[in-house]
Amino acid sequence: MATGAEAASGGPEPEAAGHSPRRHRSVITQQQDAASLGSDMSPASTVASPVVVLERVGRHFGAQVALRGVTACIRPGEFVAIIGRSGAGKTTLLRCLSRAIVPSEGAIRMGGYDLRPLRGAALRAHRARVGVIYQQFNLVRRLSVLDNVLVGRLPHLAGWRRYAALARAFDAAHREAALRCLDHVGLLSRAWQRTDTLSGGEQQRVAIAKLLAQEPRLILGDEPVASLDVINGAMVMDTLRRIASAAGLTVISTLHHVEYARRYADRVLGLRAGQVVFDGPPRGLDEAALRTIFGSVPDATENDLPLDRLAEPALATN
Amino acid sequence: MTSPVAGILSHGPSPKAPPRRSALGRTLLTAAALAAVMGLAGRVIELRPLELVRDVGNIGVFVKGYLHPSFAHLDEYAWQCVVTVCIALWGTLVAFVISVPLGLLGARNLSPHPVVYFAARRAMDVLRAVNEFVFALMFVTAVGLGPFAGMLALGIHTGGVLGKLLSETIENIDPGQVEGVAAVGADRLHVIAFGVVPQVLPNFLSYVLLRFESDIRSAAVIGMVGGGGIGFYLWDTIRSFKDGEAATVVLLIVAMVMCTDVISSRIRRAAI
Repeated sequence: MATGAEAASGGPEPEAAGHSPRRHRSVITQQQDAASLGSDMSPASTVASPVVVLERVGRHFGAQVALRGVTACIRPGEFVAIIGRSGAGKTTLLRCLSRAIVPSEGAIRMGGYDLRPLRGAALRAHRARVGVIYQQFNLVRRLSVLDNVLVGRLPHLAGWRRYAALARAFDAAHREAALRCLDHVGLLSRAWQRTDTLSGGEQQRVAIAKLLAQEPRLILGDEPVASLDVINGAMVMDTLRRIASAAGLTVISTLHHVEYARRYADRVLGLRAGQVVFDGPPRGLDEAALRTIFGSVPDATENDLPLDRLAEPALATN
Repeated sequence: MTSPVAGILSHGPSPKAPPRRSALGRTLLTAAALAAVMGLAGRVIELRPLELVRDVGNIGVFVKGYLHPSFAHLDEYAWQCVVTVCIALWGTLVAFVISVPLGLLGARNLSPHPVVYFAARRAMDVLRAVNEFVFALMFVTAVGLGPFAGMLALGIHTGGVLGKLLSETIENIDPGQVEGVAAVGADRLHVIAFGVVPQVLPNFLSYVLLRFESDIRSAAVIGMVGGGGIGFYLWDTIRSFKDGEAATVVLLIVAMVMCTDVISSRIRRAAI
């Protein structure tokens, strides 16, 4: 178990209690990312994310077709929103990308490698490269906030540290990296708190800190803001967007609300009945496009998200 | 003033719910079947409640002997109670060590392979199905009379029980929290340490303590078959009609069980 005393004596770490003056400064800027956290990234990658190529990807569950002929090429650094009605195949597509499931047809390539044959250690290496953020956060609720962030460091441990981690013992360097990530999302003061004592918005920010600690090459979002209110949702999306653009990371995320896609995405993939029916920038989401994707213009999603009325400073604080 | 929903409550033809089968017939049938089974079982065990009434005098004689506990060998019996607690302590530890691998392999959502799952489940079934007294008889022949044999018997049997409880606790955990750890590319042991252990630990510790309480009660009688502890003296004093001595032993066992139950339940509440 990681103890407070160990961390406190572990050298020049961010202060874990109280307000930190460094809170709003970007901790993991691109340069620092490469220097302090990016030790495991290959030196060739200044732009972190690989090109993602989907070729006629299909997936069926028994007789039910969830995805059909999905073809797309996602360039490094793009922020891609996947929108569509419930059951349109959004989550299936995302799970194919994280290799939680294997496509029935077609191929997905990330950088140089094909996702289909990945198994065992290679599959774990792929998962380490892909950071996933979930609607239900999927943090270990009984563990401390810091321990949850340290989970992101697990794939980067080598040698005896892998075994020490089984007892939740991490060396100073990894703990410092985790504390930096926590500082970056403004939750350093909560490091020792049990995760389930945090609010939903805070838990999703812990999940982002864990994602940072993982040093992913690509970020996947599975409805990351669907269970958050507008303020927290916008804050989480702002943080994601900031991290992604600072590190040149691709984000591919399903989003329930068209407004979020409009505000944050560079590119929108609209799915309907498992097929891509829209692929373009969010400004192309006119009434006709929405009708194609959703079957009707979704009034509710247009009106209940006053994202434009949220002031930027209000998002940054709190 | 009429309620705003009065229209819904009173308007239109009365709704036709789908027909429901009468429950009364089935209840009577079930009761009759149960009565028949219990009647037959009573015949098998020679159930004669009248004899209990007729021989109530014998019970009086029996009880009278127990009203005068003898404290001549109190120190010996007290020491045997300590031995009994030690048997239960080590038996529970052995059970814990056995149950962790069996429970992990026997949990459907964690087992590496269906064959492994099946084997672990059946192994636990065998350990649970064989009573600790049967195990004690086996270990007495293997390692000789004494507390060591009793401890092994308790540990092996309770290991099966705890393993089953652990595997069922693991099967009920929140898969999302496990997925959150597996999704970063952590290997199986890390997934268990971070995603599974924090979720099952409080419940499992509580089960271990509950089984410790039960092991105390078992250890108190396992001496009857040569497993060491106070049980041998219980058996010996009752069989040789030393009622006063037997009363002392029974009193000590009751006191020991009550004390350990109180302590254990305190710890259990503190652990959760």
